[in-house]
Amino acid sequence: MTYTVEVEGLRKSFGDTVVLDGIDLRVARGTVAALLGPNGAGKTTTVKILSTLLRPEAGRVHVAGCDVLARPAEVRRRISLTGQHATVDEVLTGRENLVMMGRLRHLTKAAARERAGALLERFDLVEAADRRVATYSGGMARRLDIALGLVDDPAVLFLDEPTTGLDPRGRRDVWDTVGELAASGVTVLLTTQYLEEADRLADSISVLAGGRIAASGTADQLKALIGGETVELVLPDAGALASALSLAELRGYRARVADLSLHVPTDGTAAEVRELLEVVAGVPVLRVAVHRPTLDDVFLALTEQAVPA
Amino acid sequence: MSVYSRTPGPVLDVGVLLGRSLRHSARSIDATISAIVLPLLILCVFVYIFGGALEAGTPDYLNYVVPGVIVLCAAFGSASTAVSVNEDMTSGVIDRLRSLPVVGSAVLAAHVVASVVRNVVSTAVVLGVSLLMGFRPVAGVADWLLAAGVLVLFMAGVSALSAAFGLVVSSAEAAGALSFVLLFLPYVSSGFVPPETMPAVLRGFAEYQPVTPLIESVRGLLLGLPVGSSLGHAVLWWGGFLLVGVVAAGVLFRRRAGR
Repeated sequence: MTYTVEVEGLRKSFGDTVVLDGIDLRVARGTVAALLGPNGAGKTTTVKILSTLLRPEAGRVHVAGCDVLARPAEVRRRISLTGQHATVDEVLTGRENLVMMGRLRHLTKAAARERAGALLERFDLVEAADRRVATYSGGMARRLDIALGLVDDPAVLFLDEPTTGLDPRGRRDVWDTVGELAASGVTVLLTTQYLEEADRLADSISVLAGGRIAASGTADQLKALIGGETVELVLPDAGALASALSLAELRGYRARVADLSLHVPTDGTAAEVRELLEVVAGVPVLRVAVHRPTLDDVFLALTEQAVPA
Repeated sequence: MSVYSRTPGPVLDVGVLLGRSLRHSARSIDATISAIVLPLLILCVFVYIFGGALEAGTPDYLNYVVPGVIVLCAAFGSASTAVSVNEDMTSGVIDRLRSLPVVGSAVLAAHVVASVVRNVVSTAVVLGVSLLMGFRPVAGVADWLLAAGVLVLFMAGVSALSAAFGLVVSSAEAAGALSFVLLFLPYVSSGFVPPETMPAVLRGFAEYQPVTPLIESVRGLLLGLPVGSSLGHAVLWWGGFLLVGVVAAGVLFRRRAGR
């Protein structure tokens, strides 16, 4: 398999603060990878190093087949960065932004105009093309921002928190856009603090916490890390809760109590759920719910471990 | 046929970014207007309000004061480079540009050139209005060209220093403060009243500060007065400031952008 991004043992600190403490990361060509982490985890620092804006301190960083330290100019020619804050020029129109970006990538005037026209169409911005970007909605501006990254067919597109600060509609807009990019075979590395976003967009997810990759894999693999599904039994009072708990523990279930609910890990099959209900048959149970683990559960479990108390 | 341009990269980069800066100027009409209206108001204040009382030793004070107003206008306008550079640095535009195969300082060069272009236009407007008000230069073609040349050098010097200032300060508001400092510099020169009329301390400053030889040479060239050594001094001062500004901006840019 060919990797568009290959990172080994990447370290970076600012003064005494270690931001990245030995990161390994690989993004296969034509896939969407997500770097997931809370604020301050080092996501933006990683993207800045990959896009040659910052110098790595130690480690091997190859992007599009080039070492970022040895051949930064070549890396810049082959990548595209859409930063955390919209970096579109608000005074210019959408079309002017695209043409300017093409020209800065040294396309001829004619080629830059042609590219701009095609991208406006592809990103559904034709009607707004000749309006100043200041008049765009958040979602439109971010779409334009992503379009600007595609002017010269980059080998990899870095999207740093592409939906931060967008309303739900804008976020959906950007999700659709990234989904289409993925379908057309563009390699994307995106950072996000939204688990739902990583789950929905990325082929592979790396969880960044405390300067290290706490876990990586597909969304399903990450969920499997913290076990299967949980059955929640909601009970009417503390007495019922206590009897349900003792019955469950008697039969070897490792149940957890939260308020007046009992959470029991299971494999999620109907047979096991039925068996559990029979175990507590003598107790009045108000409601039963089956929970699949969300990436939030994974995220909280992993980041709590990784952050030293 | 290749889709890539054959123009050398840096030339193309500065050209494209200059186009961007000029579009910004053309679209922020308020800034452009204030850069023209303010010097015109000052011109009116000095000619119609103070002018009668001052007389400044010459029968037509207008001829005396116009070169000072022109320099004031250029100083004020060039200082706005600090704001536009700072806005680019703080808005993330710079990160995007730096992730492109673009020479980083091309954006600074574009801001400086755009500032000069903008100020040539506003200076021409101020000059036009003062001609209507009765300003009567007697300069020949060579004098006009020399005066224009030294003014452009001044604009470039102030713009480059402003670009460096815009890289140092943390916000656009702070960057804007530079305009006011530069707005006052021409007052303490020979621009509006002869320095001989000032208290000793101010007179020393007014006679030797870099704006004075500039105003003296522009006035001398346009009015056909002896220029003496002031033209040489103006060129040395402002050529030196341009050099300092360019080097400082280059170093600061690398430091600030490359953290």
